[in-house]
Amino acid sequence: MQQSNRYIIIFTLIMTIVVGGLLSLTSQVLGPSQKISIELDTKSQILSAVMDLQPGDDVLAIYRDRIQSLVVDSDGNEVTQNEKGQPIVAEDVSILKNSKRPAAERQLPVFKFMNETNPSQVDAYILPMYGKGLWDNIWGFVAVSSDLESITGVAFDHKQETPGLGARISDKEIQLRYVGKRIYNQQGILVSIEMVKGEQGGGDASIQAFAGEPNKVDGLAGATLTAKGVNKMLKDYLNNYEAYLQKIKSTEAI
Amino acid sequence: MSAEVETLEQPQELVIDKPSEPLFSKRRKKFVTDPLNDDNPITVQVLGICSALAVTVKMEPTLIMSIAVIFVIVFANLIISLLRNLVPNRVRIIVQLAVIATLVTLVSEVLKAYYYPMYKILGAFVGLIITNCIVMGRLEAFAMGNKPWDSILDGLGSGMGYAWIILTVAFFRELLGSGSVFDFKVFEAVGLANFPTNALFVDSIGAFVILGILIWVQRSKTGYVEH
Repeated sequence: MQQSNRYIIIFTLIMTIVVGGLLSLTSQVLGPSQKISIELDTKSQILSAVMDLQPGDDVLAIYRDRIQSLVVDSDGNEVTQNEKGQPIVAEDVSILKNSKRPAAERQLPVFKFMNETNPSQVDAYILPMYGKGLWDNIWGFVAVSSDLESITGVAFDHKQETPGLGARISDKEIQLRYVGKRIYNQQGILVSIEMVKGEQGGGDASIQAFAGEPNKVDGLAGATLTAKGVNKMLKDYLNNYEAYLQKIKSTEAI
Repeated sequence: MSAEVETLEQPQELVIDKPSEPLFSKRRKKFVTDPLNDDNPITVQVLGICSALAVTVKMEPTLIMSIAVIFVIVFANLIISLLRNLVPNRVRIIVQLAVIATLVTLVSEVLKAYYYPMYKILGAFVGLIITNCIVMGRLEAFAMGNKPWDSILDGLGSGMGYAWIILTVAFFRELLGSGSVFDFKVFEAVGLANFPTNALFVDSIGAFVILGILIWVQRSKTGYVEH
């Protein structure tokens, strides 16, 4: 059954139109739900730095009630418009794209986690960040306490760190090690928090072992390079946000 | 040329002889049952290995992946079988590919819209169903020459043959690698909270090991030998 060229061309043409039409229709129909899904995902990640989300929580409602967002530059000034003069929405700023720009030119979103009973009081400042692990990108949301001195919670995630080793940065167990750690040293210099090499047994033992070290957390056995990536990311971004943090501090002091 | 015409006419004669073959006749049941064991796409034909390694770390993504593959293979078989006398022979592979790619994109878009956390885990692998040799193999070897209902059964058989193998692999990988089944902590539930999990099974090496054992067990039972 050898068909003529004309038949083949007409057949493929019709097929292309049918398939193309079907796919663009799907994309149009599902577009809004996809946007909501992605929004839900971003907002869950932001909130996971400060609270334990349970399945069934109305993330969008919690986010609407508790989070106020803004964008700052590396000098700590609020940015409301981009280069083209359009308004910037903090949730839409791509942390990944900005992480590739020089630190001084980055747009830095800040998500303020407001107090439940007093909505004008800030409970924590959630700072998004992006970096490189051993194999690929790592990212996180770091919540800084309202006195701007210590960490109240972190949520790290990764694209493809080694399962069981570096991938543990997305485990709650590891993230708990950061709670209460200080970002400044005793001289008041921003030193960030360092994840050390080696591990003291995991779980509570790891937290205990570093209870007296406000700027250090226990490491990941077998994943020193991922830990280094986390350290670099934290330091890079905390320095980036420092101007903003200092600015809030000085205005609050007045 | 003449041989092809002959094969095309044979089924027609069959229909005249037996005008009402039951929907699940013995011949048709074999389409579904054969790929489950004797002619399993993974363990006997050794197709679709890459996804069997990649998505089987946990049960839940594996289940979604199985459903996706069954959906794609059944509908691709049906569509190609309906079109089998219209598809120009010279571009048939491209037509098959277009049908598979469309179905896979549909699955992927639906996942993205309604099950985003799973989309984040499976995203790339759902797209890779396009390159899953099982799907295309069935289209080329079966749907191009058989009637729609037979093709649906054949697709169902191959899809389920694929599914039960990757679900078995995933069961052991999640149990031994993460100590859970469907994220339910089995060992903690039976009081073995510090049962040592084996990181080897989280890695693809674990899948190779389990798949190897499965093939071994199966072949020692069926006596299948590769030539």
